[in-house]
Amino acid sequence: MKTETDLTNTNVNMARRSFLRYAGAGVAGIGLLSAAACHKDHTVTPTAGVTDVGSGDVGVLNYAYALEQLEAAFYLQVIATPYSSMPSIELAYLTDIRDHEVCHREFFKAALGTSAIMGLTVDFSAINFSSRASVLGAAKAFEDLGVTAYDGIAYNIQNPAYLAIAGSIVSVEARHAALIGNLLTSGNFATTDQVSATTGLNISNTPSAVLAGANAYLKTKVSAKSFS
Amino acid sequence: MNLFSILEEIEKVDPEFNDRISPRRDAIKNITSFGSKVAVAAIPFAMGNLFKKAYGQAASSTVLGVLNFALTLEIIEATFYKMGLAASGLVTDTAYITHIYNDENNHVNFLTSAITAAGGTPVTASEFTYVDFTAGSGSMHGPFADVFTNYQTFLAVAETFEDTGVRAYKGQAPNLLGNQTYLTAALDIHSVEARHASAIRYLRTTSYGATVLPWITSVASASVDTSGAASNDTGIAGVNANYGGATPENTVTQGGVNILSLPSATGSTTSYAAASAAFDEPLTQAEVVAILSPAFVAFN
Repeated sequence: MKTETDLTNTNVNMARRSFLRYAGAGVAGIGLLSAAACHKDHTVTPTAGVTDVGSGDVGVLNYAYALEQLEAAFYLQVIATPYSSMPSIELAYLTDIRDHEVCHREFFKAALGTSAIMGLTVDFSAINFSSRASVLGAAKAFEDLGVTAYDGIAYNIQNPAYLAIAGSIVSVEARHAALIGNLLTSGNFATTDQVSATTGLNISNTPSAVLAGANAYLKTKVSAKSFS
Repeated sequence: MNLFSILEEIEKVDPEFNDRISPRRDAIKNITSFGSKVAVAAIPFAMGNLFKKAYGQAASSTVLGVLNFALTLEIIEATFYKMGLAASGLVTDTAYITHIYNDENNHVNFLTSAITAAGGTPVTASEFTYVDFTAGSGSMHGPFADVFTNYQTFLAVAETFEDTGVRAYKGQAPNLLGNQTYLTAALDIHSVEARHASAIRYLRTTSYGATVLPWITSVASASVDTSGAASNDTGIAGVNANYGGATPENTVTQGGVNILSLPSATGSTTSYAAASAAFDEPLTQAEVVAILSPAFVAFN
C-alpha cells in the first residue's frame, strides 16, 4: 500500500533557511534584483579592460548573461548569413535555437536590470559563416560549453529561484548540443569528450575554464574572479 | 549530565540538528522515498555517534532521498532500453539506442556507488511492485501494449521517458541547493537525459516521419495548462500529464518576467513557441510518481 509523504513540506524545510535569507528579493520578484543589488564588488579586483561578472548570485546571473550574449550573437549571424545550401530543416532548427538564445539573453538582461554587465563585443573572425562544417563546429562548441558552464556554476547559486531558472535553461542548451552533434554526425548526440563513457555524466567546467574558451570569441573579455 | 539541555544548546547553534538526528522523522520521511531506507534500528544512541551521523556523513537523508529517487528512474530507464534491445527484430538503430542504454546503465552504477559511499542504501530492481512499460499498472496490457513489438511505439515511449526524466531531475535540484558534489552530479546527469530526449526526437523526425522538434513545443495558450495538453508535442495521446503539472511546459513567465514581452530577433516581443521552448520546467517528486505509476511502482 502506498503512503504519500508530503514532499513539498520536505522541500520547504530544506530550502527554508535559504528562502528566509532571500525573503526580500522574493521568488516572484526577480526584477527587484537590480534594486537590491550592491553595485560595488567588494571582493574582486577587476583587471583593466576586462569585464568581471561580479560575485554572489548577481555574478552567476551575469556569467550566464555573458554566455547567452555570445550564443545569441553567433546564431543571429548564422541566420543573417546562412551557410551555402543550408537545408530548410537546418534553417528551421538553427532559427529556433537563435530565438531560444536571444530569449535567454533578454531574460537575464531584464532580470539583472542595473546589475547587468555591459553588452559584449564579439569576435567571430575565426568562423567561416559560409561553411557548414565551420558553423556547426562552432555551434557545437558553444552549446557544449554552455552546458558545462551551467552545470559547473550551479552549486554557487544561493537563491533557489535562480537555481530553478538555471535548471530550466541548461536542459535546453543540452537539447541544442545534442542536435548539433547529430547534424554533424548522426549518433553524436553525446560525444565522449562531453559525456563520460564510464559514468554517463556530462562534464562540467569552472568559470575560468569556460571563459578561457568563450573569450576567444569576445573582443570584450570577461572574467569571473570571485568564483573558483 | 542533562541530555535535554545539551540538545537545547546544540539547537541554538544549529536549528536543523533535530532534523539531522531524529530517527523517527527520517523513518517517516523515507517510507515512500524509493528505498533510501535509513535503518532506524541502526541509529546509535551515544552522543559521539549522533554527532558523527549529523556531520560526518557526506549526504543528509534528504540528499540520499534525492539520489535514490534518481536511481529509481535510472533503473526504470535502463530496464526499458535493455528490454527493447533484447526484443528480437525491434530496434534497427542499434548503435544509437545502445549508446543511450549504456548511459542509463552508467547512471545506475554511478548513483548506486554514490549512495553507498554516502552511507545510504541504494534502491534495487527487486523493490518494484511492478514494472509495466505498456503503461498498464502491472496488467501488461496498457495503452502501449506493443511497446516491445512496434519500434515506433518503443521510440515514442522512449521520448516520453527521457522528457519526463529531465523534468524529474529538474524538480529535485532545489533539494541539492549549494551542494557542490551532488548538485553538480545531478545536473550533469540531467544534461545527458536532455541530450537523450533531443536525440530520440531527432531520430523519430529524421528517420520515421514524426514532426517533433528536439525541444518541447507548446501551442499558444492564454493560460498555464497544468493538464499538459498544450505542450504534449509528442504525437502520442495519453501522455499529456508528462508535459503538465503545477509548472507545465507551456509556462512563459520566468522569475516574474513575462518572456513574451521581451524583445526577440524579429521584433519587440517574443513568440509563444520560443518563450515556452526556451525553458524546460520541473516536475515535483509526487507528480513524477503519479505520472509514471502506470509504468512502475517502487514500494514493497
